[in-house]
Amino acid sequence: MTRFSAWSVFWNGITGQKGWGRQWRDPEPKPHYDIVIVGGGLHGLATAYYLAANHGLKNIAVLEKGWLGGGNAGRNTTIVRSNYARPGNREFYEHSLKLWENLSHELNYNVMFSQRSHIALLHSPGAIDAAARNYNTMRMTGTPDAEIWDLAALKRAVPHLNYSDTARFPIMGAAVQKRAGTARHDAVAWGYARGADAHGVDILQQCEVQGIARDGDSVSTLETSRGSIRAGKVAFAVAGNTSRLWNMAGLGKLPIESHKLQAFVSEPLKPLLDQVVVFGIGGAHFYMSQSDKGGMVFGGDLDWYKSYAQRGNLPIVQDVSEAAMSILPCLGRVKLLRHWSGLVDMSMDGTHFICKTPLANLYLNAGWNYGGFKATPASGWYFADLIANDRPHDRIRNYDLKRFERGLQIDERGAGPDPKLHG
Amino acid sequence: MIRIPCPFCGTRDHSEFTYGGDGTIEYPALDAPKEDWHDAVFLRDNVCGMQLETWHHVHGCRMWLLVERDTLTHEIHSVRPAHPGLAAMFETDQEAGE
Ligand SMILES: Cc1cc2nc3c(=O)[nH]c(=O)nc-3n(C[C@H](O)[C@H](O)[C@H](O)COP(=O)(O)OP(=O)(O)OC[C@H]3O[C@@H](n4cnc5c(N)ncnc54)[C@H](O)[C@@H]3O)c2cc1C
Ligand SMILES: [Zn+2]
Repeated sequence: MTRFSAWSVFWNGITGQKGWGRQWRDPEPKPHYDIVIVGGGLHGLATAYYLAANHGLKNIAVLEKGWLGGGNAGRNTTIVRSNYARPGNREFYEHSLKLWENLSHELNYNVMFSQRSHIALLHSPGAIDAAARNYNTMRMTGTPDAEIWDLAALKRAVPHLNYSDTARFPIMGAAVQKRAGTARHDAVAWGYARGADAHGVDILQQCEVQGIARDGDSVSTLETSRGSIRAGKVAFAVAGNTSRLWNMAGLGKLPIESHKLQAFVSEPLKPLLDQVVVFGIGGAHFYMSQSDKGGMVFGGDLDWYKSYAQRGNLPIVQDVSEAAMSILPCLGRVKLLRHWSGLVDMSMDGTHFICKTPLANLYLNAGWNYGGFKATPASGWYFADLIANDRPHDRIRNYDLKRFERGLQIDERGAGPDPKLHG
Repeated sequence: MIRIPCPFCGTRDHSEFTYGGDGTIEYPALDAPKEDWHDAVFLRDNVCGMQLETWHHVHGCRMWLLVERDTLTHEIHSVRPAHPGLAAMFETDQEAGE
C-alpha cells in the first residue's frame, strides 16, 4: 500500500495522476479463517481494522454480500456527535468522537471529518431546561464542549434561520456541541478497508452468507455465494439484516426490528450553511447540513412501518420538505436531486448491542438505530476488543442482549419498548 | 404509498393509518412470570417476508386492523378487523353473500 502524503499528492499532480494503485486487494476466499466478520459496512470494516491494528491478529476475513459501503455506510446523513446523556452512552460516544478526531491520521486517509458544530434548536422554556440538564450532565462527565446558546448567540452564528415570532414553533435558543460535525461516509468505509487490507485482512465482496452450519453450541461453517468458509470465530455486523443472520444460525428472536430511514440531497448550492442544524418539536424531526459538493443533505423520521425494502415512501418526502421550509425558508426554490433509504436495525430501547451470544464463538454488533455512523470508530474498537479477548470491556457490559431481563433500558429518548419511536 | 383496503372504509393511503407492530404477539396473563412478559414486550421475529401486523385506521374509522403484508415488497395479502368478534361477523357476512 502506498502511503498518502503531501509529496505524493504533489508528485501525482504533475505526472498526470498515473501513480495511484489499487487501495485494497480483491482476494479469493480461503477455506478457513480464524475470524470471519459478516457485513462490510462501517462497523464490520472498523472491527477488522482494530482486530489487526490493536490486537495483532491475523487470518481475518470480512464478507460483504454487495459492495463496500453499499449499505447504510453509504446512505447516511453523516452526522457525528457525542451529546448523549445516559451513563455508558456518553462515555462510549465521547470515546468515539476522540477516535474521529484522529481518524484521518490513524488511517492515513482523509475522511474529511469537519467539526462544524451541531446545533439543536430549542422552542420552549421547558425544552431549554431539559437540554440544559443533558448538556450539564455531559460537561460533568467528560464532554467539555456542550453549550446552551440564547437567541442572540444563535442569530450571530446562523443568521438566516426563520426567527419569526409568528412561526408555529418560534426558535428560542439552541443546544450546541462544537466538536460535532460531519465526515465523508464513503471515505470512512474505504479508509478502514484500506487499513485492514494493509494488515492482511481479506475483504471479500459479492460474498453473501446464505446458510450457517453449527457444531452444537458453536458456528462451524458459513455457506456463502462464493463457497463454504470455516471459521474459528464469527462476528455479525449486518445492521438491518441482523434478524435474518440470527435465524440462519437457528437462534430465534431478537430485541430488534428492521425499519427504513430516508435521506435527501438537493442540487448543489454555493456555501449556505456552516453547521449541522437539527429541528425537532411537535411531530417534526429534521436535520440538515451542506455537503462539500454543495448539496443540502436532509434527514427526517423513519417511514413509520417495519420494512426490509430499501426504498423510501412519499409522505416522508413531504414531511421533510415541510420541515426544511419552516426553519430555512430560503430553500423554497431549491430542487431535491435524490432520495434513498437504508435498512436500519432499530432496537427496543434505542441503544445498540456489542456482545457475546448464546453460541460460544459468535459475537454480535447490532441495534444501531439512526446513529451508527458516529459510533463507527468506537464500535469497531470495542467489538474487536470483545472478539480478541472473549470478554466484554467494562464500558460495554450493558450493551448485551440480556439487559432487558435485568430491567435495564438505555433509552435516551424515553420512548419505551417500541423500536419505531427511537429516532 | 402503501394502499390498505380497510374493511370498513375501503382502500385508503397508509398515511391515514398508524402502524402498530407485530400482530402475532400474545400477551401473557397479568400474573404470568416476568420472563413471559419480557419475551412478549422485548423480543421480535422481525420477519423478512409475509408478516401479520396491526394497523390503526386513525384518520378513518379508528378501528384496529390485522394486516398480512410482505415486509420486503409491501404487497398486502389480507386485511381483517383485529377484534375477533367483528372479524367473525365479516366472515359470516361474506359466506352469506356467496
Ligand atoms: C438514511 C440514513 C441516515 C443516517 N444518518 C446517520 C447520521 O447522520 N449519523 C449517524 O451516526 N448515523 C446515521 N445513520 C445510521 C448509520 O448509517 C448506521 O447505523 C450504520 O451505518 C450501520 O452500520 P454499518 O455501516 O456497519 O451498516 P451497513 O453499511 O448497512 O453494513 C452492513 C452490511 O452487511 C451486509 N450484509 C447483510 N447481509 C449479509 C449477508 N447475508 N452476507 C454478507 N453481507 C451481508 C450488507 O450488504 C451491508 O453492506 C443513518 C442511517 C440511514 C439509513
Ligand atoms: Zn377504516
